[in-house]
Amino acid sequence: MKRPRIKWHIVVFLAPAVLVYTAIMIFPLFNTLRLALYTEVDQVRHFVGLENFRTLFGNPHWSGQFWNALGNNMWFFFIHMIVQNPIGIALAAILSHPRLRFAALYRTAIFVPTILSFVIVGFAWKLILSPIWGITPDMLKAVGLKWLFAPYLGKEEYALTTLSLISVWQFVGIPMMLIYAALLAIPEEVLEAGEVDGITGFSAFWKIKLPLILPSIGIISILTFVANFNAFDLIYTTQGALAGPAFSTDILGTFMYRTFFGFQLQLGDPHMGSAIASGMFGIILIGVCIYLFGIQTRLRRYQF
Amino acid sequence: MNRKLLSLALLGSTILGGAAAAEVTLTIESWRNDDLTLWQDKIIPAFEAANPDIKVKFTPSAPAEYNAVLNSKLDAGSAGDLITCRPFDASLALYDAGHLADLSDLVGMDNFSPVAKSAWQTDDAAASFCMPMASVIHGFIYNKDAFAELGLDIPETEEQFFAALETIKADGNYIPLAMGTNDQWEAATMGYNNIGPNYWKGEEGRLALIAGDQKLTDPQWVAPYETLAKWNEYLGDGYEAQTYPDSQNIFTLGRAAIYPAGSWEITGFNAQADFAMGAFKPPVMNAGDTCYISDHTDIALGMNAASPNAEAAKTFLNWMGTSEFASIYANALPGFFSLSNHDVAMEDPLAQEFVSWRGECESTIRSTYQVLSRGTPNLENETWGASVAAIKGSKSAADLGMELQTGLASWYAPQK
Repeated sequence: MKRPRIKWHIVVFLAPAVLVYTAIMIFPLFNTLRLALYTEVDQVRHFVGLENFRTLFGNPHWSGQFWNALGNNMWFFFIHMIVQNPIGIALAAILSHPRLRFAALYRTAIFVPTILSFVIVGFAWKLILSPIWGITPDMLKAVGLKWLFAPYLGKEEYALTTLSLISVWQFVGIPMMLIYAALLAIPEEVLEAGEVDGITGFSAFWKIKLPLILPSIGIISILTFVANFNAFDLIYTTQGALAGPAFSTDILGTFMYRTFFGFQLQLGDPHMGSAIASGMFGIILIGVCIYLFGIQTRLRRYQF
Repeated sequence: MNRKLLSLALLGSTILGGAAAAEVTLTIESWRNDDLTLWQDKIIPAFEAANPDIKVKFTPSAPAEYNAVLNSKLDAGSAGDLITCRPFDASLALYDAGHLADLSDLVGMDNFSPVAKSAWQTDDAAASFCMPMASVIHGFIYNKDAFAELGLDIPETEEQFFAALETIKADGNYIPLAMGTNDQWEAATMGYNNIGPNYWKGEEGRLALIAGDQKLTDPQWVAPYETLAKWNEYLGDGYEAQTYPDSQNIFTLGRAAIYPAGSWEITGFNAQADFAMGAFKPPVMNAGDTCYISDHTDIALGMNAASPNAEAAKTFLNWMGTSEFASIYANALPGFFSLSNHDVAMEDPLAQEFVSWRGECESTIRSTYQVLSRGTPNLENETWGASVAAIKGSKSAADLGMELQTGLASWYAPQK
């Protein structure tokens, strides 16, 4: 019996992607995980096993910052889930309404912030909300709501929520687009069949469209989760590496950056930084696994 | 290889005619982009006039990237001959790694006081590795027109200081103090470390803290936070979200009366503000008390230990110890004051006011910079947060002192 020949063309065609991906993603990832197991004393690198993790979770100074950052990250994600995604779905539902005029204009206008740089978004909103030069105090005054104004970005109790909402404003276009595409993919016949059975308007949305776009909502949730737990730019551009006021906007990304690269008089510590990065990797991995095995497998898919 | 070729060529030329006498080019690494023209138009021509066989090139990189760029250049062996030094641990690390040469024996070093040299020395002060260039002085810049309008005098004591703030507030036309807490560092640098030395008696307290004889829970270290807490009601509306550039603009637009300052602001303020400005030093407790000012060592120049042009580099460094250099530098950059013992005449009136305090008061540097910010948690960064918390009133001064002490004691043996 002849052994099957190795199909060399497959290897050749896969090679570029595999090589590039390995060089710029897999190798750095594993090297970061490896770096977390070392420390540096007097310019010499030593292997210390899990010592960095013991410091991170055992030393109250480090663990306090870690749990604070994780908690803030959870809140950041929570705001995105309860604000960004419902609004995105609602916008998509409205946009897909056949009788809506200027749909393309709205779609573009809502999607544009997504392609803006974090730096622009951060600075623009910082100026808009500035108690000194910003237009928010004057606008609120014009409608008699001046008492609502506070220096939102400077108050511990509001800063993180404000930043989350800025991020929602920037990225609401993404769930909108994905859901919009999913809604367009629903065949007319299904909706018409529902109409024959007397399901129209809102109940058509709840009973027919929503179940059909659930897989897309699942994908959006997991994308939001990964993006939020990797977030860094917005906080860094608006609040700096110390994520003020009083670390109330500190998330895992800024905590990792501060530790890895150092800040002001604090010299960078790549090893502790890698330990935090490994922690972030672990959290994201667990989150994605819960989704993949716990949720996605249970979602029902419909074939048209 | 290249160097060999060059020396061969040089050797050849000396043998042939000796016309091209050993002319060396020194390259300076720096983060001071802003000073490029100053170096090219003033400092380098002055030096080259005195030393015709040495050419100097000033090659700055962006401030935020400087440390990283410099480190990789040093590791690769492509760094310049002269290296601009950040104060304290960043440069000490370079010296420990063998990148900076020991300069203790240079004659130019004799022109600097021990405090000036302390930022670029090993902990035991045995070796100095950078030639001090300039320091910045803390104090308060005020709007002279506003003070004249309200009939205010320069406050000497803390009581007068708060009385003046109260008058300005009652008048209502000016924000009494232009400072925000958004960027955090101003609260520590222009707040705590500005007024603090009067409480902890400058060097005496700072060195005692490093030695472990005083603690951050002692009254002299806690009291400045109590004073900062009183600043709260004199800051502008929404100061919690006011950034550093906001504060600068509020002051130079004439909307605020007093700006807690560092002398580096002078050049910018001279260009922006169209009213007369004056400066006063941090107020003391009782009239007649010895005053202390933060005269912070900020910038110096060291020599790459691997430089092939060591002799020429040493000539340059020694020249930096002369009064000629001190006077060119201080006048071109009012607000960056020469650290040398020379008596430098400065033309800018605001800069003169700042520097005149050196004669009246004892100089010290920021309390957190030497040694104490080496570990984790980092005392300087913690002080930012603590100063902000004090101003906002979110924590009591005593609690802040306790927190900082616990953090410091967790890694710094003399404080355990």
